[in-house]
Amino acid sequence: MSKIEFPLVTRNLGAIDPESLEAYAAVGGYASLKRALTEMTSEAVLEAVDKSGLRGRGGGGFPTGRKWRFCREAPGEQKFIICNGSEGDPGAFLDRAVMEGDPHAIVEGMALGAYAIGAGQGFIYVGHEYPLAATRLRQAITAAREQGFLGEKILGTPFSFDIQVRRGAGAYVCGEETALINFIQGNIGEPRNRPPYPPQKGLWGQPTIINNVETWANVPVIINKGAEWFAAIGTKDSKGTKVFSVAGRVKKPGIVEVPMGTPLRQVIFDLGGGIKKDREFKAVITSGPGGGVLPKQFLDIPVEFESFQAAGGNLGSGSMVVMDDGCCMVDVARYFLEFSHEESCGKCTPCREGTKQLLKILTEITKGNGTEEDLGLMEELCATMAAASLCGLGQSAVNPVLSTLKYFREEYEAHVREKKCPALVCRPLLKYTVDPETCTGCLACLRECQVGAITGDVEEPQEIDQELCVKCGMCHAVCKFDAVKVES
Amino acid sequence: MTDPERLETIMSRYEGVAADLIPVLQDIQDDCNYLPKDALKIVAGRLNVPLTQVYSVATFYKGFSLEPRGVHHVQVCRGTTCHLHGGTRLQEGVIRRLGIEPGQTTPDGQFSLEQVKCVGKCGAAPVLAVGEDYFGEVGVDGVTKILRTYRKPK
Repeated sequence: MSKIEFPLVTRNLGAIDPESLEAYAAVGGYASLKRALTEMTSEAVLEAVDKSGLRGRGGGGFPTGRKWRFCREAPGEQKFIICNGSEGDPGAFLDRAVMEGDPHAIVEGMALGAYAIGAGQGFIYVGHEYPLAATRLRQAITAAREQGFLGEKILGTPFSFDIQVRRGAGAYVCGEETALINFIQGNIGEPRNRPPYPPQKGLWGQPTIINNVETWANVPVIINKGAEWFAAIGTKDSKGTKVFSVAGRVKKPGIVEVPMGTPLRQVIFDLGGGIKKDREFKAVITSGPGGGVLPKQFLDIPVEFESFQAAGGNLGSGSMVVMDDGCCMVDVARYFLEFSHEESCGKCTPCREGTKQLLKILTEITKGNGTEEDLGLMEELCATMAAASLCGLGQSAVNPVLSTLKYFREEYEAHVREKKCPALVCRPLLKYTVDPETCTGCLACLRECQVGAITGDVEEPQEIDQELCVKCGMCHAVCKFDAVKVES
Repeated sequence: MTDPERLETIMSRYEGVAADLIPVLQDIQDDCNYLPKDALKIVAGRLNVPLTQVYSVATFYKGFSLEPRGVHHVQVCRGTTCHLHGGTRLQEGVIRRLGIEPGQTTPDGQFSLEQVKCVGKCGAAPVLAVGEDYFGEVGVDGVTKILRTYRKPK
């Protein structure tokens, strides 16, 4: 593996006081903006980003420079810049870390972008769940304004640019760019058809670029170190680094930054510390509800846009949730569909109804009511949703279903044929019993049981009445002695 | 009912254009813990936005509530990692102990419950939040103890 010279996006996390502009400036902060405004033309800034090979880190992987050029060349009275800090994927917390830990890097990146395309106003959208990030960004903007890095005639040049922070109101779909535009305009977060794409017609019909937090945080580095330096990191088509939030069944959950091209195995087993309790690795899902699961035969693929796509995954937002052999893939698919169904805005039928039906089928399978025909039916539904949904939410909501069906079909078959959950997760398919040898008769389970299925005296082994048991699993959850046994 | 003075303070922070609708509603939600009906009417008039549009926005986003929320807002994280670490059971445990479903408030007005998609504290899964306090690696049996510290003594 090529040795990274220093982390790029996470360079200042934990190293500087995020509430101090001076601290950011002391490690070279705002030097790129100063240099750009005094020594470089706006075209040169755009050229540098273009040549660096930077691609959008929000999911699509679209070349950033090309997006900016569309916007720069689009006719419009005014141009806008948006930082997408929605980070709605469950399991993703890397953008939050950057917004909270290095807010000035985002402000500087956006100012550079605004200079490159000729925008006068920017917005930062911060997810509903991240109040601290919104506070830190507002502080950073105020401080930058006071020091002349934002506002009228920045650093005495003719360039003027300012930023407003908009706190999300709780809608996952607002991470989709056209829904985000609707949100900022004060409407409900429904996406619209594209084209026209935001670089042509965005906020209030004006040319707008939307990049995510990680993308913006890369921009000052590119201007500082140069496009060639940046382009030397990574692989042929994926330049620079990628930040991941590694979570799930790993020993060391957290944020890691690796050069593009790093083997996936290294991210999970070296940086993530491997699997908890040294259980067996089963799969990793990247990019949350819109991503696909990658089973162990893909552990050696390099981290980059193309190889992930080829494997049926998605580099996406950078969330990485690792699953071990104690995770049921049918349950995982059902979990993601529940999420997508709840977050579907309801505007288009394929997504609104498709997620509902997929969730219904998957829920029945996890209850032991599924049939083999259901599997084919789901594949058919997924094809329609992927082709006909209005935005990425519906189009990609099918990925967890399709990828688990592809790589873990035998697990679905165990659910529908034998009515068994091999991973012992789907509760209606389980049987709970008390091991009389280990039970201490503490009555924790008896108190927890809502249906009175557990009987027994204090300090005597308890018994579960299988007729009454509703398989809620609470007895198993509260037993401190591991005396409640589960089988399928 | 809304205190007109406090509403005025909120409105004075904004230009009074349609795009201010969501930030204004967020400030009212923060101030009152919900969106009072009379305030919505005033906001519609002041921003020159149809009342239907105000309601459309107020009911679309999960961050808004048309009913008063509890003194303590309990959030159960439903993120992927929490799910893999028993988040469903945790949520069921909280529902049982509070006696309310997500989106509801206890009759004494002390607690309201919400399930959130991910609070980004996956390293501590499963996570439960009460107001701005986060609790990690919460077992079903730990819920009562946590809630007790917030319950007002009778």
